[in-house]
Amino acid sequence: MTATAQHSPASSHRSPSPTGGSRSRFRSPGHVRALLFLVLGVLFAAALVIAVRALYGFPIAADGKVTTATQDGILLVSLIAAPLFWLVGLGAFDYWFYWAAGRKTRPEDHSSHGAHSWRDYLRVNTDHKVIGIQYVCTSFIFMLIGGMLAMVIRAELAAPGRQFVDASAYNGLFSVHASLMIFLFIIPIFAGLANYVLPLMIGAPDMAFPRLNALSFWMLPIAGTMMVASFLAPGGSFATGWTAYAPLSTDAPIGQMFFTIGVQFAGASSIATALNFLVTIITMRAPGMSFWRMPLLVWANFSTSLLVVIATPFIAASQFLVLLDYALGFNFFVPEKGGDILMYQHVFWFYSHPAVYIMMLPGFGIVSEVLSVKSRKPIFGYRMMAFSLLAIVLLGFTVWAHHMFVSGMQGWIRVPMMITTAIIAVPTGIKIFSWLATLWRGVIHLDTPMLFALGFLCMFSLGGISGVMLAMVPVDIHVSDTYFIVAHIHYVLFGGSLFTIFAGVYYWFPKMTGRMFDDRLGKLHFWLTFVAFNATFAPMHLIGVEGMPRRVSDYPEQFAGWNLFISLASFVLGLSTLVFLYNMITSWRGGPRAPANPWRSLTMEWQVSSPPPIFNFDKVPTVVGGPYEYGVPDAQHGIFTAPASEESKSSHPSREARA
Amino acid sequence: MNGERQSARDAPVHVARLVTIGIIASALGIVLALLINWFPVSAAKQAKPIDTLWDVLLIVSVPVFVLVTTVVLYSVYRWRMRPGEELLDGPPIHGNTRLEIVWTALPAILLVALCSYAYAVLHDIEEAKADTMEVRVVGEQFAWTFFYRDGGKELASHDLYLPLNRPVHFTIQSKDVLHDFWVPAFRVKKDAVRGIDTDVRATPNRIGTYPVVCAELCGLGHAAMRSDVHVVQPQQFTAWLGKLRSGAQAAAPTGGGGGGGAKASVDAKTLFTTSAQPVACGSCHTLADAGTNGTTGPDLDQVLKGKSAAFIKQSIEQPNAVIAKGYTPGIMPQNYAQSLSPAQLSALVKYLQEVTK
Repeated sequence: MTATAQHSPASSHRSPSPTGGSRSRFRSPGHVRALLFLVLGVLFAAALVIAVRALYGFPIAADGKVTTATQDGILLVSLIAAPLFWLVGLGAFDYWFYWAAGRKTRPEDHSSHGAHSWRDYLRVNTDHKVIGIQYVCTSFIFMLIGGMLAMVIRAELAAPGRQFVDASAYNGLFSVHASLMIFLFIIPIFAGLANYVLPLMIGAPDMAFPRLNALSFWMLPIAGTMMVASFLAPGGSFATGWTAYAPLSTDAPIGQMFFTIGVQFAGASSIATALNFLVTIITMRAPGMSFWRMPLLVWANFSTSLLVVIATPFIAASQFLVLLDYALGFNFFVPEKGGDILMYQHVFWFYSHPAVYIMMLPGFGIVSEVLSVKSRKPIFGYRMMAFSLLAIVLLGFTVWAHHMFVSGMQGWIRVPMMITTAIIAVPTGIKIFSWLATLWRGVIHLDTPMLFALGFLCMFSLGGISGVMLAMVPVDIHVSDTYFIVAHIHYVLFGGSLFTIFAGVYYWFPKMTGRMFDDRLGKLHFWLTFVAFNATFAPMHLIGVEGMPRRVSDYPEQFAGWNLFISLASFVLGLSTLVFLYNMITSWRGGPRAPANPWRSLTMEWQVSSPPPIFNFDKVPTVVGGPYEYGVPDAQHGIFTAPASEESKSSHPSREARA
Repeated sequence: MNGERQSARDAPVHVARLVTIGIIASALGIVLALLINWFPVSAAKQAKPIDTLWDVLLIVSVPVFVLVTTVVLYSVYRWRMRPGEELLDGPPIHGNTRLEIVWTALPAILLVALCSYAYAVLHDIEEAKADTMEVRVVGEQFAWTFFYRDGGKELASHDLYLPLNRPVHFTIQSKDVLHDFWVPAFRVKKDAVRGIDTDVRATPNRIGTYPVVCAELCGLGHAAMRSDVHVVQPQQFTAWLGKLRSGAQAAAPTGGGGGGGAKASVDAKTLFTTSAQPVACGSCHTLADAGTNGTTGPDLDQVLKGKSAAFIKQSIEQPNAVIAKGYTPGIMPQNYAQSLSPAQLSALVKYLQEVTK
């Protein structure tokens, strides 16, 4: 927990409260003020709704009780306003407010940089390393919640008929499960890992916009809390799947809005982070770090950020349309009033297909790092690896309607979408084959990160193959909305994304915590996960093609056998996570100290201490070669010659990039 | 081992071994994949080309998967770090342009070929045929209704009857949210979208009863939104249609006595349980007397206990007037006042009042 403690400067840098004294606790940024502002936000929402209703002559109270419409209105406006108030209270906007008001901004003392105790991880912090760890831990918490929801889902599906939950609760369970896993786990954890590693890899002292970075992070717990809290909403949680198709979603109980608005916060966080990555990668590379010397993880996050910046506004739009339809009767999706139901799906998938690549490309980057280092060989076909990422970005925007082959859209669109969907397998294939060629004749270190990377190669290939099958329209017509889809998405997101996440977390664990993990427990974790994962999701292909639709709380007797098997396997899969957690927690607390470069890697994050110094590089690095020159005699990637002057150390981090 | 590691001349040996392993594993994999009985029974002409396309995809897919896993396993087996090699690096191979062109071009060609084949299949299964029968499919929360053209009128049924070997063109509509008309045995599926007509074609070619499934999440009763399709001999179909016609006349409020008298008296219990009727109460509601155990709606043994006939009638006609604790308004269809005849409605109310006393 004392990640950067040994490298921290004098403790005088700890954030001093400007005025001192306990009276100012309500005025200085922090969780106390945030709570106060949260209450203010709810009061503001209530006042606004009551005022507007009074103005329009709508009833506010009847029979001495506040009407349901008023309650829902206050809740809905609170969902939007209270988080913003909370962020202000937390201090996420303080610097900008001072600056915008023309007041004296606080001198740049870097007091909010670095972590000196575990408490600093609970505060607004502008250090990319702290934010990276905040991201990773928060994401894993939501992954655990989402995973437990999955366990309840499988318990319910263990036998036909009703076991533990009714249809309403069941629909809520899979909806919240998917939303948490997508928006609060896979997407942000990749952002978190990259947040930690990427500035180090390109030789930068921090991200380009550290305050924006902090704001991005603090929007995540808002989105997650909202989605989890939806179970407490009157009428239950949102229960329309993570796709929230209209008009089911525009007609649902108020719980639906917890998704609609939660996604806005997750999306805003995502967009801000992506902008941050883009600017950081473009402007803050160390001298000599040309684009063709960047590690593939940097390339992967560059590509992902392009996708996020272009695509994410579309899901924001789709949810705003639902919000306006739901709350204010805009009739976007009411055909009798000129609305168009299919439009929702087009707008939604224009984000949500690229989102699949947002959830996969960073993982490609991680696997490239791990495979090259652990095979002790250069990445095979480095430039093609980078180009194929960009090709996926481009093609990723041309395939969205393959989610709509049976939606009733114009028939002709299906054929071009089938072709582009199949063709996107080509750049993906290039990557798979290049990784295989990287393994070829290497010196393969078969430790935990490598096992997960190799597991990813096999499982993701399977997911990719079922993806190509799904691209074929006649096959897709039969298996759309069945368990075959559930199997495919889990092979891509679990066998694909999650395996790379595990590979990345194990790989950078020594760098992030300064401790080594237990490799034997790691291997146990891998094998448990690998076997249970396949036992859980492989049979879903079978029952899907056989005719079991997805998103059902009950199913015919003919599927009972496989479903029981799947449920039992899924419980083992759930338990395997405990091994991972135990390993991470005990290793972080008391694992052996990690050397600076335990994997003998060439990339720059491993050339500094574990964990790195507070401003990453005590000497300014110069890049003189490629990042993967293993086996090349005397090859070097970054060299550290000129010591950084005191002056540049104390200047604003984002300005010293080119120093 | 170390000697072998250093030598690049062994490459052909490794490749030859890999190819051998790959061919054997692929052959086994393909046989296994084709032996699996993937699909439900096929009951329409559309099924065969789709099933064949599926088999072709399996035959192409297995070698791709085998290629990846074989190279991974072989590399790990062959080139795993042995004791004493901790500081050893692999050979600095940066790429091979010819190889990279091959593995870009070959998959591209293969995929375009598969797409062309899939397009041909798509064209085949969606082709309009002569002598096509029209059926209008209407989805609503949580039931299917099928409308047959009969002279200038339409006949409604909750079960789908189709004559053998006659092409059918389904026009699919929705009254509320999205639904999806899926007959797994026909391999056809299309969303029901309010505001537009979607359509799908099938030619049943096997006698039997098969499930009709709603495949698009449509709310609480989604899992229970199932019906049956009966593929029957043409003469049986004509007879059934005749029965439906006379039933509709008997049930019609102003039918004036009706002709066939197939439903002289209304059996409320059958009405409650059978999905072939205008209502399918039992698929959502539990009622001990009728032996149903649906959980989408409230348990009628409890919520109707001791209630008046007026209350029960109101609950059927205007389901949102009183909502049982723990349930959400808007789930139960609100059109029973129209779809049930007065005779059926009063019989149902009387029956419910009696059994829940």
